[in-house]
Amino acid sequence: MSQINPDRYTRSDPAPSLWSYRLLRLMLSPYLRRTVFYGIPALFLVGVGVINITNEQRREQVLTTYSEMKTFVTERPEFTVNLMSLKGASDSVMQDIREVVPIDFPISKFDLDLDQMRQIILGLGPVKDVDVRVRSSGVLQVDVVERLPAFLWRRDDGLEVLDATGIYVRTVTSRLQYGNLPLIAGEGADTQVAQAKQIFVAAKPLKERLRGLVFIGERRWDVVLDKGQRLMLPEEDPVLALERVIAMDQAEDLLTRSVKAVDFRLQNRPTLQLRGGAMEAFREIKLMQLGQIK
Amino acid sequence: MTDLYQKQRAMRAMRKAAMQRGVIAVLDVGTTKISCLILRFDGVNLNDEGEGVGSISGHSGFSVIGSATTASRGVGFGEVLSMRESERAIRTALQSAQKLANIRVDHVIACFSGGKPRSYGLAGETTVQNQVVAEQDIARVLSACDVPDYGDGREVLHAQPVNFALDDRSGLADPRGQLGERISTDVHMLTVDEKVIRDLAHCVKRCDLELAGVASSSYASAVSSLVEDEQELGAACIDIGGGSTGVSVFLKKHMIYCDSVRLGGEHITRDVSMGLQVPIASAERIKTINGGLLATGMDDRDMIEVLGETGDWEHDRRLVSRTELIGIMRPRVEEILEEVRSHLDAAGFEHLPSQQIVLTGGSSLIPGLDGLASRILGQQVRLGRPLRIHRLPQAYSGPTCSSIVGLSLFAAHPQDEWWDFEMQSEGYPTRSLKRAVRWFKENW
Repeated sequence: MSQINPDRYTRSDPAPSLWSYRLLRLMLSPYLRRTVFYGIPALFLVGVGVINITNEQRREQVLTTYSEMKTFVTERPEFTVNLMSLKGASDSVMQDIREVVPIDFPISKFDLDLDQMRQIILGLGPVKDVDVRVRSSGVLQVDVVERLPAFLWRRDDGLEVLDATGIYVRTVTSRLQYGNLPLIAGEGADTQVAQAKQIFVAAKPLKERLRGLVFIGERRWDVVLDKGQRLMLPEEDPVLALERVIAMDQAEDLLTRSVKAVDFRLQNRPTLQLRGGAMEAFREIKLMQLGQIK
Repeated sequence: MTDLYQKQRAMRAMRKAAMQRGVIAVLDVGTTKISCLILRFDGVNLNDEGEGVGSISGHSGFSVIGSATTASRGVGFGEVLSMRESERAIRTALQSAQKLANIRVDHVIACFSGGKPRSYGLAGETTVQNQVVAEQDIARVLSACDVPDYGDGREVLHAQPVNFALDDRSGLADPRGQLGERISTDVHMLTVDEKVIRDLAHCVKRCDLELAGVASSSYASAVSSLVEDEQELGAACIDIGGGSTGVSVFLKKHMIYCDSVRLGGEHITRDVSMGLQVPIASAERIKTINGGLLATGMDDRDMIEVLGETGDWEHDRRLVSRTELIGIMRPRVEEILEEVRSHLDAAGFEHLPSQQIVLTGGSSLIPGLDGLASRILGQQVRLGRPLRIHRLPQAYSGPTCSSIVGLSLFAAHPQDEWWDFEMQSEGYPTRSLKRAVRWFKENW
């Protein structure tokens, strides 16, 4: 038998009480709602900030906590760098790099300024390019591409080594350190190393006698041979002029004769400068041939 | 009369203020349910006071942003019977609608079906002052109407000018700007019991809201469920609600007659409850699920389980055939429709050019009602459901909600009523003030 339940059709009253209804309407008014949901929390946050900033002790506490948290994270073993690995550098360059970028290992990854390190290493002469990065397992990897020495450049204050593009590599005290490099001299010679290279290639037949090139007046080259001989090349097409001289030499042994200088500065009018006394000897020979002497 | 005029003007001003805020609530206080919609006006199509009908019959320009329905308590025959109970029910509906809309509403337009509405036809005549009919002439002719003695304790709910005549031309909807000498008008006035409006206003006020307008729910449901042609050519809207049945007759887009029959769906439920000896709640359930009006042979075999609450197993577990249920419901529905028929006859409905009858309201969902109604009321009967308004929830698109939807349309585009025109003030002070101003202008 089912029992009669008197409450079955008298359900609880769904109507809101007058005060809850008024509260709802109050909370639906836009200004109050904005104040409650945005204004008061913002005010609270600002208040907390102001209290912490004005109190000296609290400010310090906040700063200490901050730095503690920071060191706790940065000094985790996952972030420490233990050693530097240098690649692609000769011993002297390696030493230089270690000097200019002194690092006390172990150091945190976050304390390394890789960009700055790269700029410092690039400032070194022999370094053409460098790649600095932190590898996993805490290794600072420095990959160096060195400049290749191509010329020796004699200047007033010493000898410099240049690479194939004329950029300074290092200074040396003696030629013997780079005895196999071609020698150039003269102010501004480093700007024209490409031309110098062409001249050196063209001057291969004279290799035994070649001493070096001199850049004259920052515009043209002189080829200096041993025994004080000099080939003065023009500003334009110096290689062509040199080839003509060499051709003449091979045909008539020009340079083995008593010639002090071959002047090719004017292409149309090559001039020979003879050594002292050579002209007189030449004249005597001519007279002798004509039978006028005696 | 002036007192009422001032009150209605105050409500119109309130409605204007609500329009400016852009949010208004509409509330339908019915016998079975109280529903509330919250409308937001987005400013489109509100200011075009131009000729004809606006875009999509003026139904655009607002959207429903909140809605709630609750079972009503303390309401009977569409009137507030128990203030506390109905106040709580109204508060429930208003709160959940505001919560849903997430907006606070301060103005509400309400409608109710009770209060024994009574229609009066008024006529007035006056001369046109400056040959061309102006707004003041209309106000003057409206105030020239001879108001019948509608009795103490009654209040005018609607007073709409339905027709204007200028000299010998009649049937003018809007005579403003036309030439003529004598202007006369016909006004349809609807009065209800003052106590009903007062109770409703009190309930709304207890919810911290301002009443921005009241309407008769039979008018409101006709606005939403009659289509434009029917309103123009003549139609009656029968809103069969829970406690009362509203009858309203429309012609030329104006309501010309309104009445209510104090019978409705609850009486059918009570009949079922008595006839089958079950509680009201079970009877309501049986009525809505198995109810019908036309019995067929199939219904003899269709057995319905009756769930009683008496504790007597034999009594509680009876089986009743659907024919029996129909036999209980049908006489009551017939009675309601006969009553409606007599009201329509009294109103002279048969003289209208078209005699369309539209049935709406919750009890119009009884299967077979249209067939029964066409036998009693005439051939042109259809079941009506409210027009769509923007963002109306699906649950509100049925005929049960035609009055709340109509009330929304009423809130957005109210018809001109008497109190929308400036009444000619016959008092001395303003006139002397005007004279003083004129004297001031002329002499300085």
